[in-house]
Amino acid sequence: MSRARQLLVMAGWLLFGAGALSQQPLLPRTLAPDQVRSGLTFSGPDVQSLQADAFANPGLLWLARGESLWGQRVGPQNLSCQDCHGLKAGSMQGVAVQYPKLATGSGSLINLEDQIRACRTQRQGVSDWGFESDGLLAMTLYVTEASKGLPLRLSPDPRLAVHLQAGASLFQRQQGQLNLSCAQCHDQQQGRRLYSDRLSQGQPNGYPVYRLEWQTLGSLERRLRSCYAGIRAEPPPWGDPQMRQLALYLTWRGEGLPLEVPAVRK
Amino acid sequence: MTQGLARLQWPHNIVAGDVVKVRLLVQHPMHTGYQQDMQGSVIARNVLLWLTCTLGDQQVFRVEPSSGIAANPYFEFFVRAPTSADMVVRWQDDLGVAGEWQQRMFVADRKTPVP
Amino acid sequence: MIPLPSVKQLLGRRDWLRLASAASAGLTVFTPVLGQAQQIGFDQQRTVADMLTGLVGGNSVRELGVSLTVPALADNGTLVPVSVQVVSPMSEQDHVSHIYLLSSRNPVMQVAAFVLGPWSGRAEISTRVRLAGSQQLLALARLSSGECRYALAEVIVTESACMDAS
Repeated sequence: MSRARQLLVMAGWLLFGAGALSQQPLLPRTLAPDQVRSGLTFSGPDVQSLQADAFANPGLLWLARGESLWGQRVGPQNLSCQDCHGLKAGSMQGVAVQYPKLATGSGSLINLEDQIRACRTQRQGVSDWGFESDGLLAMTLYVTEASKGLPLRLSPDPRLAVHLQAGASLFQRQQGQLNLSCAQCHDQQQGRRLYSDRLSQGQPNGYPVYRLEWQTLGSLERRLRSCYAGIRAEPPPWGDPQMRQLALYLTWRGEGLPLEVPAVRK
Repeated sequence: MTQGLARLQWPHNIVAGDVVKVRLLVQHPMHTGYQQDMQGSVIARNVLLWLTCTLGDQQVFRVEPSSGIAANPYFEFFVRAPTSADMVVRWQDDLGVAGEWQQRMFVADRKTPVP
Repeated sequence: MIPLPSVKQLLGRRDWLRLASAASAGLTVFTPVLGQAQQIGFDQQRTVADMLTGLVGGNSVRELGVSLTVPALADNGTLVPVSVQVVSPMSEQDHVSHIYLLSSRNPVMQVAAFVLGPWSGRAEISTRVRLAGSQQLLALARLSSGECRYALAEVIVTESACMDAS
């Protein structure tokens, strides 16, 4: 990093430090609002046409499964999601873009998957859907679909500031055997090629995503852990708060990008 | 008999005698036997051995895929549509798990033009 | 680009009409040889002859009448769209009975076999394949007469730069 840039970032952090004490977080924006671009714009023509295909997009299989799960009555009280929430289209609109958020009871930072799992175990009284299980992915995609096209937006909740700061630090931290930070690839080198791959901005507006590399649907948490593996860093355990803080930062960083459901990426 | 998850599509407004394009998407991981799961263990090979489509009582399509067909197999084929009939898709994989998906194809009678 | 033997060279050296008979149109489509997995090095890709033997039998085979559509540069080797079209009236007397997709480099040579008939109306199929690296794809059509037709296509497959193995 050049000296001038270092000074600029330091100044930004000082400003942020001051801002953290106030209501609005004053994080230095590394990407201007008109510069944010979806991963779809960095994808090749086959990936783009696959996402656009209203029939053959593989993510649609999970969407169909999510729909049947929504109406499925389970547990000792024979409850379905529909019994409490009604039809998805009405009740779930705008819900996915509120996450990550602070859980009402515990006050801990949770993502949409955590909320769905909590509903299932606490409200429906059935066994937990494990991380990346078919049911959890299908339900997450189904609920997210109700927010399709809505822009990413950070909730104005002032209690999120400390988590946002933590997420920003994680984004800037150089780690792993390759000693790379998220920022180095996805802020500074975005748009350029790593061998034949075009580096995207690492935006979170297409999750859960049908990733060709995985040949299945997967969550943002799985994708972030993959990035850790990519730079040869130890990924945090599943459910780690750091992954939710990073996801929160990414949401703020990508504000304005519309949700793509189901998204397809390489 | 097990059920599977699939999507079937053909054009609207089919008239008897039309040759229509059928699109089929089946949920199946098509494990090659070369990949590892998230814990690092090799996932055993499990691919579709065969898949057939019958329209009414006529088999109109059959494919024998290999691990070289991508996960969540996708196929497009053509079929003559003589009359309304049920399209039944059946498949079986290496583990012996069978799947089935059914959808009715509505075909209008061909109206002969008035001379 | 690795130099593959041209089709003209192969046709000149071998008499296609007299290949050892392994299967005729009536026998099963999926033979053990075609299903065997192999490790193929970059410079050791299967030839057109390798891919056709076993399916053509003693019948004539010509490189015409078949359209094989595949991207020249694949976004990702795990999902590559492929289309095969064969010129045919698809009548009782003259139709395509089978279409085979063969790979010069995948561990399993026969990617898929499709069974068609006069009920198909059109000899055209599409699917999505996995390609284990840059290679040649071959689409072989067997007609009701037993004759065979084929087409070839080259595909370049790039690997993901970030090896995240997850």
